Amino acid sequence: MRTGEAFRVALDALRANRLRSGLTMLGVVIGVAAVVLLVAIGSGAKQEVEQQVEGLGSNIIFVVPGKFEFGSAPTVSRLTLDDVDLLGRVVGDPGRVAVSVASGETVSVGPREMFATVNGVNANVPNVFDRRVARGSYITPTDVDTRRRVVVLGSSVARTIFGDIDPLGRQVSVAGVRFRVIGVFQPQGSTFGVDRDAEVHIPVTAAQRLFGVERIDALAVKAPTVDDIAPLQGRLVSALQDKYPDEEFSAVTQTQILGTIGRILGLLTLVLTAIAAISLLVGGVGVSNIMLVSVRERTREIGLRKALGARQRDILLQFLIEAVLLCVAGGLIGIGLGVGASLAVNAVSPLPAVIAWWSPALAFAVSAAVGIFFGVAPARRAGRLDPVVALRTE
Amino acid sequence: MTAEVVGGARRELAVEARDVVRRYQLDGVSVEALRGVTLRIEQGAYAAIVGPSGSGKSTLMHLLGCLDRPTSGTLLLGGRNVADLSDAELAELRNRTIGFVFQSFQLLTRTSALENVALPLVYRGVRRAERRDRAAAALEAVGLGKRMGHRPGQLSGGEQQRVAIARALVGEPTVLLADEPTGNLDTRSGAEVIALLGRLNSERGVAVVVVTHDLDVADQARRRIHVRDGLVERDTGALGPGVDPR
Ligand SMILES: Nc1ncnc2c1ncn2[C@@H]1O[C@H](COP(=O)(O)OP(=O)(O)OP(=O)(O)O)[C@@H](O)[C@H]1O
Ligand SMILES: [Mg+2]
Repeated sequence: MRTGEAFRVALDALRANRLRSGLTMLGVVIGVAAVVLLVAIGSGAKQEVEQQVEGLGSNIIFVVPGKFEFGSAPTVSRLTLDDVDLLGRVVGDPGRVAVSVASGETVSVGPREMFATVNGVNANVPNVFDRRVARGSYITPTDVDTRRRVVVLGSSVARTIFGDIDPLGRQVSVAGVRFRVIGVFQPQGSTFGVDRDAEVHIPVTAAQRLFGVERIDALAVKAPTVDDIAPLQGRLVSALQDKYPDEEFSAVTQTQILGTIGRILGLLTLVLTAIAAISLLVGGVGVSNIMLVSVRERTREIGLRKALGARQRDILLQFLIEAVLLCVAGGLIGIGLGVGASLAVNAVSPLPAVIAWWSPALAFAVSAAVGIFFGVAPARRAGRLDPVVALRTE
Repeated sequence: MTAEVVGGARRELAVEARDVVRRYQLDGVSVEALRGVTLRIEQGAYAAIVGPSGSGKSTLMHLLGCLDRPTSGTLLLGGRNVADLSDAELAELRNRTIGFVFQSFQLLTRTSALENVALPLVYRGVRRAERRDRAAAALEAVGLGKRMGHRPGQLSGGEQQRVAIARALVGEPTVLLADEPTGNLDTRSGAEVIALLGRLNSERGVAVVVVTHDLDVADQARRRIHVRDGLVERDTGALGPGVDPR
């Protein structure tokens, strides 16, 4: 029998048993689609966070109290504004040190209000981080020194409480205290559904009075070049430890943060991969089951074909082609479905989904291997039976 | 090639069974369906196998058709020992030399009558168009020219039986083994099938072995083989050449 003929025999057999063929394909479809989607979500999350950390700007060293470790409890900060000057001297350029003291507060204009992160900062933030003001201007050193009540609004805060009105020069209430709007940030978008523009900046001095604190939460230093990062880290920490001998401080870079986040996301990806593997397994078991049943059910057919002159290899070829056709069709549909679902997740949910090229290939290979193995091995066994013996099987 | 002298002429042996035993193992109990059958069917012969139900007729037919293996004993087809043949040689034999009509038809249920009949030609590498033509002709020959597109489920028992006969004929075998081919037919279509078998035998020289309970069929055959309890009880062929068994 020619291969083309075997193809037609296989196709005829598949068409003659539409339900069974459909069910077998469904197993492959579900397995492949699940893997594609779950892997897409895992890699999407990872990529999103990485982009965001990298998007903070380059060569940034974060100085925080306590140890920087995944799982360690946050330490109450004893850092004060004097330390900004101290670190400025260590770096040799006070303009490279940014500061933050943050709290969640209500920002309102008349009846319109919004809960936002209120960040007390100094004038160096746009320099250290890549934060751009879309309209107006940023906080100046004079604003900080004179504890002026001025505010730069995140884009969604501006939209929520001002609507279409130009907020520049207008008054807003931050935690019940009136501030004047001097700028509006460029929008940054959201991450995992969390709005990154629900934020306002005020001078750090004004923030300390507003929150009733003396401390600052964190410092960020922009190193002049990549090579300066490592030596600076050490000098920053030792300068602070000279001043506060009983305290611990950490100076971490984006790379180190990425490493820590990477570990958290690695866990997430592991869980997703495990789920994907399970669904692939379930899909594979489904495929193998139907393949086994279908070959069993068709032992009589195999016997008859042999009685009419089919060789063992004709039988094998037919079942191999059937299995391959089912797996290829199911795999392609599964990939289509998985990619479609990933795009849909991307579009309608806060979860980002990035399709990794290897996931459809892997899922496809695994389910095809399962389908072919479980389709062909029993067909091979049945093909060895004497025709009458095969014909007698129920 | 094994040959023997029959009626003065050298006639080739189509099938030969030598002391064939077929034992079935069922739940530890062994059933001897054939207990040592020796039989020679010459080319162009017309033999009827008769005997009570359960006597081993179908078992014997399956062995003669190379669809089963004897527990012991030897089967020769065209002089060659079946046990020595490879899978491909056996397949070729079943495909070209033997036409088999099963007692229970054995049609593919989800496939049309025409495609069922064409199936042996598929394994012979005959092109699709020619297959259809030949299968259609075979169906015409059994009087089913108007039922080609029907599936077995849409055919009566007698019609299914005729599809099975057409399938056995389509490959133009030299040995036709038919296990109760008229069992499900009324007298008239039964007679047609018998006439068809007779023509195949007399015009084309096909060796026909037919299991039957039908005395008309048995009468038409030149030779009658009586089987009982797994043994050949009486064989009119053994009476010798030139002797009319009737
Ligand atoms: N697969 C099998 N397993 C066990 N025993 C079997 C098997 N096939 C046949 N037999 C037994 O072998 C004996 C002969 O069976 P066979 O089918 O050859 O009879 P038969 O002469 O064709 O009968 P019928 O006229 O009813 O078709 C019977 O006793 C039957 O029960
Ligand atoms: Mg029988």
